[in-house]
Amino acid sequence: MRFRAKIVDLACLNNFSRVVNTIARLAKTCTLRLTADKLYFILCDKVANGGVSMWCELCQGNFFDEFQMEGVAADHNEIYLELTPENLSRALKTAQSAKAVKIKLTNKHCPCLKVSVELPSLSSSSRIVTHDIPVKVIPRRLWNDFREPRVPDFDVSIYLPALKTMKSVVERMKNLSHSIVIEANLNGEMNLKIETDLVSVTTHFKNLGNPPWASEDGCQSSAQDRDLESMAEARIDIKKLQQLLAGQQVNPTKALCNIVSKRIVHFILLHEDVSLQYFIPALA
Amino acid sequence: MKCVIAGSNVRALGRAVHALSRIGDELYLEPTGSGLSLRAASPSRSAFASFLLAPLFFQLYQPGPPAAPPRCKVHMKSFLGVFRSLPALEKTVERCLLLLRPRASRLVLQLHCKYGITRTHNLAFQECERLQAVFDTQRCASSLCAPARVLAEAVVHFPQTLAEVTLAAGPGGRISLRSYVEDEAELGKAMVTELWLAPDEFQAVAVVPDSRITFCLKEFRGLLAFAEASNLPLTIHYDAPGRPAIFSLEDPLMEAHLVLATLLDPESSSQPPAANGISHAPAPSDDFADDLESYMIAMETESYGEDSGAPPSPTFPLRTPHPIESDPQEEEEEEEEDGAVPGTPPHKKFRSLFFGSVMTSGGPSPAPSQEVLAEDSDGEC
Repeated sequence: MRFRAKIVDLACLNNFSRVVNTIARLAKTCTLRLTADKLYFILCDKVANGGVSMWCELCQGNFFDEFQMEGVAADHNEIYLELTPENLSRALKTAQSAKAVKIKLTNKHCPCLKVSVELPSLSSSSRIVTHDIPVKVIPRRLWNDFREPRVPDFDVSIYLPALKTMKSVVERMKNLSHSIVIEANLNGEMNLKIETDLVSVTTHFKNLGNPPWASEDGCQSSAQDRDLESMAEARIDIKKLQQLLAGQQVNPTKALCNIVSKRIVHFILLHEDVSLQYFIPALA
Repeated sequence: MKCVIAGSNVRALGRAVHALSRIGDELYLEPTGSGLSLRAASPSRSAFASFLLAPLFFQLYQPGPPAAPPRCKVHMKSFLGVFRSLPALEKTVERCLLLLRPRASRLVLQLHCKYGITRTHNLAFQECERLQAVFDTQRCASSLCAPARVLAEAVVHFPQTLAEVTLAAGPGGRISLRSYVEDEAELGKAMVTELWLAPDEFQAVAVVPDSRITFCLKEFRGLLAFAEASNLPLTIHYDAPGRPAIFSLEDPLMEAHLVLATLLDPESSSQPPAANGISHAPAPSDDFADDLESYMIAMETESYGEDSGAPPSPTFPLRTPHPIESDPQEEEEEEEEDGAVPGTPPHKKFRSLFFGSVMTSGGPSPAPSQEVLAEDSDGEC
């Protein structure tokens, strides 16, 4: 099992760092899955996470100048590692002016991702900073836990309002309540509601637009016949929503959510070279 | 004592206080003929910092009668509060007056600001004995000198929460800094960062090959911030693991020293004999005797009598593979880091520096074979 990759371009490094920063805000530990062409940051819905799950997919070609990977076995050419994304984020944080960043899987005392940063310096030789990030190799028998989640059979799918606006609304609501209700309809309307003993606050968004999901055989039938004005709603943990919104460092090209009434909210954030899916289950 | 500081030196004083505040909770002031000395030490005596501001630093410098130099200490927080916002100091403060009023037990800090505003702070002080660490850069086998910027750029790669860092002289004259992982359990969990600096990044390198020391990064960052702001080169003197490392900077107006205990290296087989607790100290000179006293007294508020009665404390062996032998001529034992008191932070076996083996209330109990001869009677802090 081998892995080595190199980033030389500063813009790519910057983008990659931003992705890692976003992941670090969403999960304390997560799984990094490496294949020949893609990297995935995966969080599966264990009770410990509060039931949230995350699937983030990147094309390695968009970030790395060199990328060599040899998986566990020839027919299973993949590597699954458990790591703390905050470590990777910290290692990349001070590398923003680097000449090159190399990432390598090593196993000296224990399996590590070794991030080597070559920094410019006034002296004849560059400064080298290395960060050894401990990782756990996930055995093949557990790989099934990390399969790509399916898009749920949602009631309503709607584009999100400007994330900045949504974030500031949710942040203020967070001070008042632990849970928030997201409701939306097929008429491009979304409401964010909190209700406590003392106060209830609702923020209304209009004209958001509903993404046109290609109708696959009966899959979206529940959504097709739906009354346009009828709201699908789910009450979710406000902190989880706030974490998702706060972690976004760049405006996505497309941001939408799918609501399964009273069950789960599925967020999809698409950037040019990264896609992020985040599932927040409804509170009981 | 009465001093007046003008202009940008007020900010320099503020920065010095910020650096000292990273070390200890009490600020010791001592006006001397060669300048005003500001000092602090960590509660566990594993760190000591001093800033000496030369008379030229001041617009007016009246240290007071040399026969009875006032030595006092104030709460660090109170003093720091006056200089808390460095940008505000720069923008509004024109002059700063420091005045000691012994009868009222007050240290007066008066800031003369723009627009005719005067802010007067009256800080309570206590008289105390001299706080002095004994250290001698001449006795250090290795030294490095680098512009503060280089060291600051190096240190930025380490997490803010990292407690200790190991400085090592590596192959090719390169110097490395590496995060120190305390115990085996941490190895598999903690991220380890290592940085290499080429010898030509330094202004001077004179190190013992393969030497290394581990010291507290948090305490070092304070002085480093000061050095960076003042744009002064920083010199590091160090010796064998367990002996203190000394970080110094100076310019014509001011000199600063930070002395940090270093970790005793259990794996190092080449412990110099002195590290075993027996020091081959020169016969104590008068100055030495004076400092000897200070060890015993070591900044506890109540001044002990001259003859404190307690003999110089024995050494507390810690993590050293060789047994400590006690030397009957204890006078000579009061060497720099003789007292290996379990120090700060808890769980760390730093050899305490140079304050002797006065047990601090927070420390773990001494090795069973040793008795505590000088109890900590300081109730405060």
